[in-house]
Amino acid sequence: MDAHALKNDFTVLRNQTLTYLDTAASSLKPDVVLEAMNAYYHNNPVNVHRGVYEMSHVATKHYEQARRDIANFINADFEEVVFTRGASSALNLVALTWGEQNLQAGDEIVTSMLEHHSHLLPWQQLAKRKKASLVYVPLNAEGRITEAALKKVITKRTKILTLTYVSNTLGYKTPLEPIIKIAKAHGIKTSIDAAQAVPHTPVDVKKLDCDFLAFSGHKMCGPSGIGVLYAKRELLDKLDPLEYGGDMNDRVGLYDVEVKRPPYKFETGTPPIAEAIGLARAVQYLSKIGLEKIANHEHHLATLAIAGLQSIEGVTIYNPTTDTGIVNFNFDGVHPHDAVTVFDEASVALRAGHHCAQLVLKFLEVSATLRASFYLYNTEEDVQHFIKTVASARRFFTKVGF
Amino acid sequence: MQKMEHLYRQIIMDHYKNPRHKGLKDDSSFVTHRHKNPSCGDDITIQSRVENGIVKEIRHDGTGCSICCSSASVVADLLTNKTVDEARSLIHNYIKMIADQPFEQEDALEDALAYEGVKQFPARIKCATIAWKALEATLDEEEGETVE
Repeated sequence: MDAHALKNDFTVLRNQTLTYLDTAASSLKPDVVLEAMNAYYHNNPVNVHRGVYEMSHVATKHYEQARRDIANFINADFEEVVFTRGASSALNLVALTWGEQNLQAGDEIVTSMLEHHSHLLPWQQLAKRKKASLVYVPLNAEGRITEAALKKVITKRTKILTLTYVSNTLGYKTPLEPIIKIAKAHGIKTSIDAAQAVPHTPVDVKKLDCDFLAFSGHKMCGPSGIGVLYAKRELLDKLDPLEYGGDMNDRVGLYDVEVKRPPYKFETGTPPIAEAIGLARAVQYLSKIGLEKIANHEHHLATLAIAGLQSIEGVTIYNPTTDTGIVNFNFDGVHPHDAVTVFDEASVALRAGHHCAQLVLKFLEVSATLRASFYLYNTEEDVQHFIKTVASARRFFTKVGF
Repeated sequence: MQKMEHLYRQIIMDHYKNPRHKGLKDDSSFVTHRHKNPSCGDDITIQSRVENGIVKEIRHDGTGCSICCSSASVVADLLTNKTVDEARSLIHNYIKMIADQPFEQEDALEDALAYEGVKQFPARIKCATIAWKALEATLDEEEGETVE
């Protein structure tokens, strides 16, 4: 793949000298995605599943084709793809439907300190309501979830594993295949936060054999306001809807309602139609480049960046063995918010703070860090500019007395 | 880097490295307010003790970037022994200065004038004002109690 050429696909990268290293927070969106969304708004901007007229039929066709494309992308069945407002909504939906309907006092939920708040808090709060226990799988010295550590924490009371696929802070990939096999063998369900995996690496839900998996549109070249919940069909069949309203029902009576089959019983109200179409276009864009190639490219850039950071004194790297494009570091003795201003001045967009994963920082024993995350539109020149900025920032901070 | 050097003035670095009035008091005559900026982790607690309309003592503690932590030291230094009205007026003028609006009392702001460079960095305005706003909150609470 040619990252230099790919930059031209993004208006925001064509028009300015921006070194964008904050994809883990939100990716940039290529023009083809915006055009696909515009085409819906220009040509058939009407509701789906409702109007008995040609334009609504076309909108419905595009919306459902988007679902089909996204299902194919992760090797799911059409009925197993539920559109939500984002990964957070999808992960909450699992806790508020499967969790509410299945967990009892004394049950155990296994989670990790690597979880994003959107995967931690729904289960933490559910555990409180249900008087269930939240059990943290101990991380190894590097901060990774391992198969061995997981084996040690599961018990007869464990009902679900709620784990991230890729840590948004440390960029480690969880060894999910063996872990999910263990879970299956013990009849334990699995909820996977794949928001940092699906945009960057091939994900096959059938091969993984997970029960639930969630990701967002805006981290994978798609629009904000849409996410996906994948769930096994037999689970979706059994679960009661979270929200009731228009479109999700077949027949409404005075005192009862018949709900639609999945995925529709989980999608009430007018769905994010343009967003679904935009996300499907993003999926097509990523597939054409190739997810393997994207994964290798961003890991290559992260490896270069880590080597560069290691050559500068007074910089601490928290994940020198990252599996992905995510690099996490700090300037010794300099708060990340002081550091990030230097990067902003050099048109390098980085994330400073706790990355919506405060427990990871607790594990690292720091209050905040800097994160650079690389993606398909980043080049080796971006890495060089980043490292040059780190070096001059280090000199500046030493000079002013940090 | 010129803009940066204007931001990280010597006065600011001095208050960051050697903060004045640091450390909280376990004393009920102080009013305490804790302000946080969850997006970056700035977390500042300010205490003030007012007697007869005069701010007699200010204490602070917390974690955050240099701009945030140093400004807690600066505001504590500047507003100690000011009347509550003077303190409020200086807080308002300081916040106007940071927001790049016309402000008064340039001389009275003393060390706090060093933060004028922050106006060139809109993303850092919160860092420079969090301690000042926490202090204002303690004065508001103090006055609320007096009215009762």
